[in-house]
Amino acid sequence: MNKTIKPLINGLITENPTFVLMLGMCPTLAVTTSAINGLGMGLTTTAVLVLSNIVISLLRKLIPDSVRIPAFIVIIASFVTIVEMLLKAYVPTLYTALGIYIPLIVVNCIILGRAEAFASKNGVIASMFDGIGMGLGFTIGLTSIGIVREILGSGKLFGYMILPESYEPLTMFILAPGAFLVLAFLVALLNKIRDKKGKKPLTIGTCDAGCKACPIENCKGRMNGSDKEDGKNE
Amino acid sequence: MNEKKHVSSNPHIRSKMSTSKIMFFVIIALLPATGFGIWNFGYRAAILIAVSVGSAVLTEFIYEKCMKLPVTIDDLSAVVTGLLLALNLPSTLPWWMAALGAVFAILIVKMLFGGLGQNFMNPALGGRCFLMICFTARMTDFTYDGVSTATPLAIIKDGGQVALLDMIIGRIPGTIGETSTIAILIGAVFLICMGVIDLRIPGTYLISFTVLMGLFSGNGWNIEYLTGQLCGGGLMLGAFFMATDYTTTPITEKGKYVYGLALGIMTFILRHFSSSAEGVSYAIIICNLLVPLIEMVTMPKCFGKGGEA
Repeated sequence: MNKTIKPLINGLITENPTFVLMLGMCPTLAVTTSAINGLGMGLTTTAVLVLSNIVISLLRKLIPDSVRIPAFIVIIASFVTIVEMLLKAYVPTLYTALGIYIPLIVVNCIILGRAEAFASKNGVIASMFDGIGMGLGFTIGLTSIGIVREILGSGKLFGYMILPESYEPLTMFILAPGAFLVLAFLVALLNKIRDKKGKKPLTIGTCDAGCKACPIENCKGRMNGSDKEDGKNE
Repeated sequence: MNEKKHVSSNPHIRSKMSTSKIMFFVIIALLPATGFGIWNFGYRAAILIAVSVGSAVLTEFIYEKCMKLPVTIDDLSAVVTGLLLALNLPSTLPWWMAALGAVFAILIVKMLFGGLGQNFMNPALGGRCFLMICFTARMTDFTYDGVSTATPLAIIKDGGQVALLDMIIGRIPGTIGETSTIAILIGAVFLICMGVIDLRIPGTYLISFTVLMGLFSGNGWNIEYLTGQLCGGGLMLGAFFMATDYTTTPITEKGKYVYGLALGIMTFILRHFSSSAEGVSYAIIICNLLVPLIEMVTMPKCFGKGGEA
Protein backbone atom coordinates (compact mmCIF):
# COMPACT_ATOMS: atom_id res chain seq x y z
CA MET A 1 0.00 0.00 0.00
CA ASN A 2 2.71 2.42 1.01
CA LYS A 3 4.51 2.26 -2.31
CA THR A 4 1.52 3.41 -4.30
CA ILE A 5 -0.86 5.25 -2.04
CA LYS A 6 1.68 7.23 -0.08
CA PRO A 7 3.03 9.23 -3.04
CA LEU A 8 -0.56 9.86 -4.10
CA ILE A 9 -1.66 11.27 -0.73
CA ASN A 10 1.66 13.05 -0.46
CA GLY A 11 1.05 15.01 -3.65
CA LEU A 12 -2.60 15.69 -2.92
CA ILE A 13 -2.32 16.90 0.65
CA THR A 14 0.91 16.85 2.61
CA GLU A 15 3.05 18.18 -0.20
CA ASN A 16 0.45 19.87 -2.34
CA PRO A 17 2.55 21.59 -5.01
CA THR A 18 0.46 24.75 -5.04
CA PHE A 19 -0.34 25.33 -1.40
CA VAL A 20 2.60 23.74 0.39
CA LEU A 21 5.57 23.43 -1.95
CA MET A 22 4.72 26.69 -3.73
CA LEU A 23 5.97 25.35 -7.02
CA GLY A 24 4.79 26.27 -10.49
CA MET A 25 3.64 29.72 -9.39
CA CYS A 26 3.76 31.19 -12.88
CA PRO A 27 0.84 29.19 -14.36
CA THR A 28 -0.88 29.22 -10.94
CA LEU A 29 -1.09 32.98 -10.93
CA ALA A 30 -1.44 33.60 -14.63
CA VAL A 31 -4.08 31.20 -15.98
CA THR A 32 -6.47 30.87 -13.05
CA THR A 33 -8.76 33.68 -14.18
CA SER A 34 -11.56 31.13 -14.36
CA ALA A 35 -12.21 27.71 -12.89
CA ILE A 36 -12.22 26.00 -16.28
CA ASN A 37 -8.83 27.46 -17.18
CA GLY A 38 -7.40 26.28 -13.89
CA LEU A 39 -8.84 22.81 -14.39
CA GLY A 40 -7.56 22.65 -17.97
CA MET A 41 -4.08 23.77 -17.03
CA GLY A 42 -3.99 21.38 -14.07
CA LEU A 43 -5.05 18.35 -16.12
CA THR A 44 -2.66 19.21 -18.95
CA THR A 45 0.21 19.45 -16.49
CA THR A 46 -0.91 16.19 -14.85
CA ALA A 47 -0.78 14.38 -18.18
CA VAL A 48 2.71 15.63 -18.92
CA LEU A 49 3.85 14.93 -15.37
CA VAL A 50 2.62 11.34 -15.31
CA LEU A 51 4.07 10.50 -18.72
CA SER A 52 7.42 12.15 -18.07
CA ASN A 53 7.68 10.55 -14.62
CA ILE A 54 7.07 7.11 -16.14
CA VAL A 55 9.61 7.53 -18.92
CA ILE A 56 12.26 9.11 -16.72
CA SER A 57 11.81 6.38 -14.16
CA LEU A 58 12.22 3.76 -16.91
CA LEU A 59 15.37 5.42 -18.23
CA ARG A 60 16.82 6.33 -14.86
CA LYS A 61 19.58 3.74 -15.06
CA LEU A 62 20.47 4.60 -18.65
CA ILE A 63 20.84 8.36 -18.25
CA PRO A 64 24.32 9.37 -17.04
CA ASP A 65 24.25 11.59 -14.00
CA SER A 66 26.19 14.43 -15.61
CA VAL A 67 23.68 15.03 -18.40
CA ARG A 68 20.49 14.13 -16.56
CA ILE A 69 18.95 17.62 -16.58
CA PRO A 70 19.17 18.09 -20.39
CA ALA A 71 17.89 14.57 -20.82
CA PHE A 72 14.89 15.25 -18.52
CA ILE A 73 14.16 18.47 -20.40
CA VAL A 74 14.15 16.66 -23.75
CA ILE A 75 11.71 14.05 -22.44
CA ILE A 76 9.45 16.66 -20.84
CA ALA A 77 9.52 18.92 -23.90
CA SER A 78 8.51 16.03 -26.16
CA PHE A 79 5.45 15.30 -24.05
CA VAL A 80 4.54 18.97 -23.82
CA THR A 81 4.69 19.23 -27.61
CA ILE A 82 2.44 16.18 -28.00
CA VAL A 83 -0.06 17.51 -25.47
CA GLU A 84 0.00 20.95 -27.05
CA MET A 85 -0.84 19.48 -30.48
CA LEU A 86 -3.62 17.37 -28.99
CA LEU A 87 -5.14 20.38 -27.24
CA LYS A 88 -4.94 22.44 -30.42
CA ALA A 89 -6.72 19.70 -32.34
CA TYR A 90 -9.45 18.71 -29.87
CA VAL A 91 -10.07 21.61 -27.44
CA PRO A 92 -9.12 24.73 -29.39
CA THR A 93 -10.99 27.05 -26.97
CA LEU A 94 -8.90 25.88 -24.02
CA TYR A 95 -5.82 26.07 -26.24
CA THR A 96 -6.48 29.74 -26.99
CA ALA A 97 -7.36 30.51 -23.36
CA LEU A 98 -4.16 29.01 -21.99
CA GLY A 99 -2.02 30.46 -24.77
CA ILE A 100 1.70 30.73 -24.09
CA TYR A 101 1.37 28.85 -20.81
CA ILE A 102 1.03 25.49 -22.58
CA PRO A 103 4.56 25.52 -24.07
CA LEU A 104 5.75 26.96 -20.78
CA ILE A 105 4.76 23.71 -19.02
CA VAL A 106 8.25 22.56 -20.08
CA VAL A 107 9.80 24.89 -17.54
CA ASN A 108 7.23 24.20 -14.81
CA CYS A 109 9.25 23.54 -11.67
CA ILE A 110 6.90 20.79 -10.53
CA ILE A 111 7.67 18.57 -13.51
CA LEU A 112 11.44 18.94 -13.45
CA GLY A 113 11.35 18.90 -9.66
CA ARG A 114 9.52 15.56 -9.50
CA ALA A 115 11.77 14.13 -12.23
CA GLU A 116 14.85 15.11 -10.28
CA ALA A 117 13.59 14.38 -6.79
CA PHE A 118 11.40 11.34 -7.30
CA ALA A 119 11.29 9.68 -10.71
CA SER A 120 15.05 9.46 -11.10
CA LYS A 121 15.33 7.61 -7.79
CA ASN A 122 12.19 5.45 -7.66
CA GLY A 123 10.50 2.68 -9.56
CA VAL A 124 8.01 3.06 -12.38
CA ILE A 125 4.80 2.37 -10.46
CA ALA A 126 5.72 4.64 -7.57
CA SER A 127 6.76 7.36 -10.00
CA MET A 128 3.50 7.08 -11.88
CA PHE A 129 1.48 7.47 -8.68
CA ASP A 130 3.71 10.33 -7.60
CA GLY A 131 2.96 12.00 -10.93
CA ILE A 132 -0.78 11.42 -10.53
CA GLY A 133 -0.75 12.68 -6.94
CA MET A 134 1.31 15.76 -7.66
CA GLY A 135 -0.63 16.49 -10.85
CA LEU A 136 -4.01 16.18 -9.14
CA GLY A 137 -2.76 18.26 -6.23
CA PHE A 138 -1.75 20.93 -8.71
CA THR A 139 -5.13 20.62 -10.46
CA ILE A 140 -7.00 21.01 -7.18
CA GLY A 141 -4.90 24.04 -6.30
CA LEU A 142 -5.43 25.73 -9.65
CA THR A 143 -9.12 24.90 -9.82
CA SER A 144 -9.85 26.21 -6.34
CA ILE A 145 -7.99 29.44 -7.03
CA GLY A 146 -9.84 29.66 -10.34
CA ILE A 147 -13.22 29.10 -8.65
CA VAL A 148 -12.68 31.86 -6.09
CA ARG A 149 -11.34 34.30 -8.67
CA GLU A 150 -14.14 33.56 -11.15
CA ILE A 151 -16.92 33.96 -8.56
CA LEU A 152 -15.53 37.21 -7.15
CA GLY A 153 -14.20 38.61 -10.40
CA SER A 154 -17.09 37.90 -12.72
CA GLY A 155 -19.87 36.33 -10.66
CA LYS A 156 -19.70 33.09 -12.62
CA LEU A 157 -18.73 29.51 -11.94
CA PHE A 158 -17.48 27.33 -14.79
CA GLY A 159 -18.94 29.90 -17.15
CA TYR A 160 -22.45 29.94 -15.62
CA MET A 161 -23.77 33.03 -13.89
CA ILE A 162 -24.37 32.05 -10.27
CA LEU A 163 -24.59 35.40 -8.57
CA PRO A 164 -27.56 37.72 -9.15
CA GLU A 165 -27.43 40.17 -12.04
CA SER A 166 -27.10 43.10 -9.66
CA TYR A 167 -23.71 41.82 -8.48
CA GLU A 168 -20.99 44.24 -9.51
CA PRO A 169 -17.91 42.11 -10.15
CA LEU A 170 -14.70 42.93 -8.30
CA THR A 171 -12.63 43.16 -11.46
CA MET A 172 -9.40 43.08 -9.50
CA PHE A 173 -9.79 39.37 -8.85
CA ILE A 174 -9.43 38.42 -12.48
CA LEU A 175 -6.37 40.64 -12.75
CA ALA A 176 -2.90 39.85 -11.41
CA PRO A 177 -3.25 41.38 -7.90
CA GLY A 178 -6.31 39.23 -7.29
CA ALA A 179 -4.33 36.09 -8.10
CA PHE A 180 -1.78 36.86 -5.41
CA LEU A 181 -4.47 37.75 -2.88
CA VAL A 182 -6.53 34.61 -3.47
CA LEU A 183 -3.45 32.37 -3.35
CA ALA A 184 -2.31 33.97 -0.09
CA PHE A 185 -5.74 33.62 1.51
CA LEU A 186 -6.14 29.98 0.48
CA VAL A 187 -2.66 29.12 1.82
CA ALA A 188 -3.47 30.92 5.07
CA LEU A 189 -6.76 29.01 5.33
CA LEU A 190 -5.07 25.65 4.74
CA ASN A 191 -2.35 26.42 7.28
CA LYS A 192 -5.07 27.31 9.77
CA ILE A 193 -6.77 23.97 9.17
CA ARG A 194 -3.43 22.18 9.55
CA ASP A 195 -2.85 24.04 12.80
CA LYS A 196 -6.21 22.90 14.12
CA LYS A 197 -5.39 19.31 13.31
CA GLY A 198 -2.33 19.67 15.49
CA LYS A 199 0.12 19.47 12.64
CA LYS A 200 2.63 22.22 12.30
CA PRO A 201 2.41 24.20 9.07
CA LEU A 202 5.27 23.39 6.77
CA THR A 203 7.91 26.08 6.93
CA ILE A 204 11.57 26.33 6.09
CA GLY A 205 13.56 24.23 8.47
CA THR A 206 10.84 21.71 9.18
CA CYS A 207 9.32 19.05 7.01
CA ASP A 208 7.20 16.02 7.43
CA ALA A 209 7.95 14.50 4.10
CA GLY A 210 9.71 11.34 3.15
CA CYS A 211 13.36 11.94 2.53
CA LYS A 212 13.30 9.86 -0.64
CA ALA A 213 11.34 12.54 -2.42
CA CYS A 214 13.24 15.44 -0.92
CA PRO A 215 15.58 17.42 -3.17
CA ILE A 216 17.64 18.82 -0.30
CA GLU A 217 20.92 16.98 0.00
CA ASN A 218 23.07 16.86 3.14
CA CYS A 219 19.96 17.01 5.31
CA LYS A 220 19.90 13.34 6.27
CA GLY A 221 16.65 13.61 8.08
CA ARG A 222 17.65 16.51 10.30
CA MET A 223 15.00 18.84 9.01
CA ASN A 224 12.11 16.75 10.20
CA GLY A 225 13.77 16.31 13.54
CA SER A 226 13.99 12.52 13.33
CA ASP A 227 17.73 12.26 12.63
CA LYS A 228 16.93 9.22 10.56
CA GLU A 229 17.78 9.13 6.94
CA ASP A 230 14.52 7.49 5.92
CA GLY A 231 12.57 10.34 7.46
CA LYS A 232 10.19 8.19 9.47
CA ASN A 233 9.22 9.51 12.84
CA GLU A 234 8.80 6.21 14.54
CA MET B 1 7.80 59.94 53.03
CA ASN B 2 8.98 57.88 50.17
CA GLU B 3 12.62 58.90 49.97
CA LYS B 4 13.64 56.06 47.73
CA LYS B 5 15.47 57.20 44.64
CA HIS B 6 13.45 56.27 41.63
CA VAL B 7 15.80 54.70 39.11
CA SER B 8 14.56 53.92 35.68
CA SER B 9 16.22 53.18 32.39
CA ASN B 10 16.28 55.71 29.59
CA PRO B 11 14.59 57.50 27.86
CA HIS B 12 14.06 60.00 30.66
CA ILE B 13 12.52 62.80 28.65
CA ARG B 14 9.31 61.82 26.99
CA SER B 15 7.46 63.67 24.29
CA LYS B 16 3.93 64.69 25.09
CA MET B 17 2.91 63.58 21.64
CA SER B 18 1.12 60.25 21.48
CA THR B 19 -0.29 58.32 18.59
CA SER B 20 -3.85 59.23 19.43
CA LYS B 21 -2.90 62.89 19.79
CA ILE B 22 -1.21 62.94 16.38
CA MET B 23 -4.18 61.20 14.80
CA PHE B 24 -6.52 63.66 16.52
CA PHE B 25 -4.57 66.58 15.05
CA VAL B 26 -4.74 64.98 11.60
CA ILE B 27 -8.51 64.63 11.95
CA ILE B 28 -8.82 68.30 12.95
CA ALA B 29 -6.61 69.27 10.01
CA LEU B 30 -8.86 67.30 7.67
CA LEU B 31 -12.02 69.00 8.96
CA PRO B 32 -11.87 72.02 6.59
CA ALA B 33 -11.52 69.75 3.56
CA THR B 34 -14.23 67.42 4.90
CA GLY B 35 -16.59 70.28 5.66
CA PHE B 36 -16.03 71.82 2.27
CA GLY B 37 -16.59 68.44 0.60
CA ILE B 38 -19.93 68.01 2.37
CA TRP B 39 -20.97 71.57 1.51
CA ASN B 40 -19.82 71.11 -2.10
CA PHE B 41 -21.32 67.67 -2.79
CA GLY B 42 -24.23 67.55 -0.37
CA TYR B 43 -25.51 64.90 2.00
CA ARG B 44 -24.26 62.00 -0.14
CA ALA B 45 -20.70 62.96 0.74
CA ALA B 46 -21.57 62.97 4.45
CA ILE B 47 -23.06 59.47 4.17
CA LEU B 48 -19.96 58.17 2.37
CA ILE B 49 -17.65 59.66 4.99
CA ALA B 50 -19.70 58.19 7.84
CA VAL B 51 -19.85 54.75 6.21
CA SER B 52 -16.15 54.73 5.41
CA VAL B 53 -15.03 55.81 8.87
CA GLY B 54 -17.54 53.48 10.52
CA SER B 55 -16.52 50.41 8.58
CA ALA B 56 -12.81 51.13 9.02
CA VAL B 57 -13.16 51.32 12.79
CA LEU B 58 -15.50 48.34 12.92
CA THR B 59 -13.14 46.21 10.79
CA GLU B 60 -10.22 46.94 13.08
CA PHE B 61 -12.34 46.19 16.16
CA ILE B 62 -13.69 42.90 14.81
CA TYR B 63 -10.29 41.75 13.54
CA GLU B 64 -8.62 42.43 16.87
CA LYS B 65 -11.44 40.74 18.79
CA CYS B 66 -11.28 37.68 16.53
CA MET B 67 -7.50 37.39 16.73
CA LYS B 68 -7.61 38.08 20.50
CA LEU B 69 -5.33 41.11 20.15
CA PRO B 70 -5.50 44.26 22.26
CA VAL B 71 -8.13 46.53 20.75
CA THR B 72 -6.43 49.64 19.38
CA ILE B 73 -9.31 51.58 17.89
CA ASP B 74 -8.90 54.34 20.48
CA ASP B 75 -5.64 55.44 18.82
CA LEU B 76 -7.91 56.92 16.11
CA SER B 77 -5.72 55.67 13.27
CA ALA B 78 -8.61 53.72 11.78
CA VAL B 79 -10.71 56.88 11.84
CA VAL B 80 -8.00 58.74 9.91
CA THR B 81 -7.74 55.91 7.38
CA GLY B 82 -11.51 55.83 6.88
CA LEU B 83 -11.72 59.60 6.58
CA LEU B 84 -8.84 59.83 4.09
CA LEU B 85 -10.35 57.03 2.02
CA ALA B 86 -13.73 58.78 1.93
CA LEU B 87 -12.09 62.05 0.90
CA ASN B 88 -10.61 60.16 -2.06
CA LEU B 89 -13.93 58.83 -3.34
CA PRO B 90 -16.32 60.50 -5.76
CA SER B 91 -19.54 61.50 -4.01
CA THR B 92 -21.67 59.42 -6.39
CA LEU B 93 -20.17 56.13 -5.28
CA PRO B 94 -22.63 53.62 -3.73
CA TRP B 95 -22.15 53.44 0.04
CA TRP B 96 -21.33 49.73 0.06
CA MET B 97 -18.34 50.32 -2.20
CA ALA B 98 -16.97 52.80 0.31
CA ALA B 99 -17.47 50.19 3.03
CA LEU B 100 -15.71 47.55 0.91
CA GLY B 101 -12.80 49.90 0.29
CA ALA B 102 -12.48 50.65 4.00
CA VAL B 103 -12.54 46.93 4.86
CA PHE B 104 -9.85 46.24 2.26
CA ALA B 105 -7.72 49.14 3.52
CA ILE B 106 -7.87 48.13 7.17
CA LEU B 107 -8.00 44.35 6.90
CA ILE B 108 -5.62 43.58 4.07
CA VAL B 109 -3.31 46.57 3.83
CA LYS B 110 -3.03 47.33 7.54
CA MET B 111 -4.00 44.55 9.95
CA LEU B 112 -2.70 41.53 8.04
CA PHE B 113 0.70 43.15 7.86
CA GLY B 114 0.77 43.69 11.60
CA GLY B 115 -1.38 46.73 12.33
CA LEU B 116 -0.43 50.34 12.89
CA GLY B 117 3.19 51.03 12.07
CA GLN B 118 3.68 47.85 10.08
CA ASN B 119 1.70 48.52 6.93
CA PHE B 120 3.79 48.55 3.77
CA MET B 121 1.67 51.12 1.98
CA ASN B 122 -0.77 53.81 2.90
CA PRO B 123 -3.98 51.91 3.84
CA ALA B 124 -6.34 54.61 2.57
CA LEU B 125 -4.62 54.70 -0.80
CA GLY B 126 -4.49 50.92 -0.91
CA GLY B 127 -8.26 50.91 -0.43
CA ARG B 128 -8.75 53.60 -3.04
CA CYS B 129 -6.64 51.78 -5.62
CA PHE B 130 -8.51 48.54 -4.89
CA LEU B 131 -11.80 50.33 -5.66
CA MET B 132 -10.18 52.03 -8.63
CA ILE B 133 -9.20 48.70 -10.20
CA CYS B 134 -12.48 46.98 -9.32
CA PHE B 135 -14.96 49.70 -10.21
CA THR B 136 -13.08 51.92 -12.65
CA ALA B 137 -16.22 53.37 -14.22
CA ARG B 138 -17.83 54.25 -10.88
CA MET B 139 -14.65 55.67 -9.43
CA THR B 140 -14.12 58.05 -12.33
CA ASP B 141 -17.76 59.13 -12.62
CA PHE B 142 -17.68 62.69 -11.35
CA THR B 143 -21.07 64.33 -11.12
CA TYR B 144 -21.24 67.97 -10.20
CA ASP B 145 -24.49 69.89 -9.71
CA GLY B 146 -26.32 66.92 -11.16
CA VAL B 147 -24.27 66.87 -14.34
CA SER B 148 -21.64 64.27 -15.10
CA THR B 149 -18.52 66.16 -16.13
CA ALA B 150 -14.82 65.76 -16.62
CA THR B 151 -12.53 66.87 -13.83
CA PRO B 152 -10.50 70.05 -14.45
CA LEU B 153 -7.40 67.90 -14.64
CA ALA B 154 -8.85 65.87 -17.50
CA ILE B 155 -9.87 69.11 -19.23
CA ILE B 156 -6.34 70.49 -18.86
CA LYS B 157 -4.90 67.27 -20.19
CA ASP B 158 -7.03 67.59 -23.31
CA GLY B 159 -5.77 71.14 -23.75
CA GLY B 160 -8.86 72.94 -22.46
CA GLN B 161 -9.14 75.95 -20.20
CA VAL B 162 -10.45 75.97 -16.64
CA ALA B 163 -11.37 78.70 -14.18
CA LEU B 164 -8.38 78.83 -11.86
CA LEU B 165 -10.18 80.66 -9.06
CA ASP B 166 -12.81 77.90 -8.91
CA MET B 167 -10.04 75.33 -8.68
CA ILE B 168 -8.35 77.09 -5.78
CA ILE B 169 -11.61 77.57 -3.89
CA GLY B 170 -12.85 74.13 -4.81
CA ARG B 171 -16.08 74.69 -6.75
CA ILE B 172 -15.14 71.89 -9.17
CA PRO B 173 -16.00 68.23 -9.69
CA GLY B 174 -13.65 65.67 -8.19
CA THR B 175 -13.44 63.41 -5.18
CA ILE B 176 -15.00 64.60 -1.93
CA GLY B 177 -11.94 66.03 -0.23
CA GLU B 178 -9.54 66.92 -2.99
CA THR B 179 -11.29 69.85 -4.66
CA SER B 180 -10.56 72.75 -2.34
CA THR B 181 -6.89 73.70 -2.32
CA ILE B 182 -7.54 76.40 0.29
CA ALA B 183 -9.24 74.02 2.75
CA ILE B 184 -6.41 71.51 2.38
CA LEU B 185 -3.76 74.19 2.86
CA ILE B 186 -5.48 75.44 6.03
CA GLY B 187 -5.27 71.91 7.42
CA ALA B 188 -1.67 71.53 6.26
CA VAL B 189 -0.59 74.78 7.93
CA PHE B 190 -2.26 73.61 11.15
CA LEU B 191 -0.36 70.30 11.02
CA ILE B 192 2.94 72.05 10.33
CA CYS B 193 2.36 74.47 13.23
CA MET B 194 1.56 71.60 15.58
CA GLY B 195 4.74 69.84 14.50
CA VAL B 196 2.92 66.78 13.17
CA ILE B 197 4.35 67.04 9.67
CA ASP B 198 7.17 69.09 8.20
CA LEU B 199 7.66 70.55 4.79
CA ARG B 200 10.47 68.28 3.63
CA ILE B 201 8.39 65.66 1.84
CA PRO B 202 5.49 67.81 0.55
CA GLY B 203 7.93 70.62 -0.35
CA THR B 204 10.29 68.41 -2.36
CA TYR B 205 7.30 66.66 -3.89
CA LEU B 206 5.52 69.80 -5.09
CA ILE B 207 8.70 71.57 -6.24
CA SER B 208 10.07 68.61 -8.18
CA PHE B 209 6.67 67.99 -9.75
CA THR B 210 6.32 71.65 -10.77
CA VAL B 211 9.84 71.79 -12.22
CA LEU B 212 9.31 68.59 -14.21
CA MET B 213 5.94 69.80 -15.49
CA GLY B 214 7.49 73.14 -16.44
CA LEU B 215 10.41 71.57 -18.23
CA PHE B 216 8.92 68.57 -19.98
CA SER B 217 5.15 68.92 -20.26
CA GLY B 218 5.40 70.85 -23.51
CA ASN B 219 3.50 73.80 -22.09
CA GLY B 220 6.57 75.61 -20.82
CA TRP B 221 6.41 77.73 -17.69
CA ASN B 222 2.78 78.63 -18.27
CA ILE B 223 1.52 79.81 -14.87
CA GLU B 224 -2.07 78.90 -15.57
CA TYR B 225 -1.18 75.40 -16.67
CA LEU B 226 1.10 74.79 -13.71
CA THR B 227 -1.41 76.15 -11.18
CA GLY B 228 -4.08 73.96 -12.73
CA GLN B 229 -1.84 70.92 -12.40
CA LEU B 230 -0.98 71.76 -8.80
CA CYS B 231 -4.51 72.50 -7.63
CA GLY B 232 -6.26 69.86 -9.71
CA GLY B 233 -6.73 66.26 -8.70
CA GLY B 234 -5.43 64.77 -5.49
CA LEU B 235 -1.99 66.36 -5.56
CA MET B 236 -2.47 68.72 -2.59
CA LEU B 237 -4.35 66.20 -0.47
CA GLY B 238 -1.81 63.52 -1.37
CA ALA B 239 1.26 65.66 -0.75
CA PHE B 240 0.22 66.94 2.67
CA PHE B 241 -1.86 64.11 4.12
CA MET B 242 -0.93 60.85 2.37
CA ALA B 243 2.74 61.23 1.47
CA THR B 244 3.54 62.30 5.03
CA ASP B 245 2.14 59.18 6.70
CA TYR B 246 4.82 58.22 9.26
CA THR B 247 4.79 54.49 8.62
CA THR B 248 5.28 54.63 4.90
CA THR B 249 7.91 57.34 4.64
CA PRO B 250 11.68 57.08 5.14
CA ILE B 251 12.94 57.87 8.63
CA THR B 252 16.25 59.29 7.46
CA GLU B 253 16.59 63.03 6.76
CA LYS B 254 18.14 62.59 3.32
CA GLY B 255 15.69 59.83 2.56
CA LYS B 256 12.78 62.24 2.96
CA TYR B 257 14.14 64.45 0.19
CA VAL B 258 14.80 61.42 -2.02
CA TYR B 259 11.28 60.19 -1.34
CA GLY B 260 9.75 63.57 -2.20
CA LEU B 261 11.76 63.68 -5.40
CA ALA B 262 10.69 60.16 -6.34
CA LEU B 263 7.06 61.15 -5.73
CA GLY B 264 7.42 64.19 -7.98
CA ILE B 265 8.97 62.17 -10.78
CA MET B 266 6.42 59.34 -10.46
CA THR B 267 3.45 61.73 -10.43
CA PHE B 268 4.82 63.61 -13.44
CA ILE B 269 5.31 60.36 -15.37
CA LEU B 270 1.84 59.07 -14.51
CA ARG B 271 0.05 62.34 -15.19
CA HIS B 272 1.94 63.17 -18.36
CA PHE B 273 2.44 59.85 -20.10
CA SER B 274 -0.41 57.63 -18.89
CA SER B 275 -3.86 57.56 -20.39
CA SER B 276 -5.56 58.84 -17.24
CA ALA B 277 -5.29 62.42 -16.02
CA GLU B 278 -4.67 61.53 -12.38
CA GLY B 279 -1.69 59.68 -10.97
CA VAL B 280 -1.12 60.83 -7.41
CA SER B 281 -2.48 57.79 -5.60
CA TYR B 282 -0.53 55.29 -7.71
CA ALA B 283 2.59 57.44 -7.43
CA ILE B 284 2.36 57.46 -3.65
CA ILE B 285 1.80 53.74 -3.26
CA ILE B 286 4.60 52.92 -5.70
CA CYS B 287 6.96 55.19 -3.75
CA ASN B 288 5.74 53.62 -0.48
CA LEU B 289 7.19 50.37 -1.80
CA LEU B 290 10.53 52.10 -2.45
CA VAL B 291 10.82 53.32 1.14
CA PRO B 292 12.85 50.39 2.55
CA LEU B 293 15.28 50.79 -0.33
CA ILE B 294 15.59 54.55 0.20
CA GLU B 295 16.20 54.01 3.91
CA MET B 296 18.87 51.43 3.17
CA VAL B 297 20.75 53.77 0.84
CA THR B 298 20.47 56.90 2.96
CA MET B 299 21.12 55.37 6.37
CA PRO B 300 23.66 57.65 8.09
CA LYS B 301 26.96 56.13 9.14
CA CYS B 302 27.86 55.85 12.81
CA PHE B 303 30.37 58.38 14.09
CA GLY B 304 33.84 57.04 13.50
CA LYS B 305 32.69 54.59 10.89
CA GLY B 306 33.01 56.90 7.90
CA GLY B 307 35.22 56.21 4.95
CA GLU B 308 35.78 52.52 4.55
CA ALA B 309 32.67 50.56 5.30
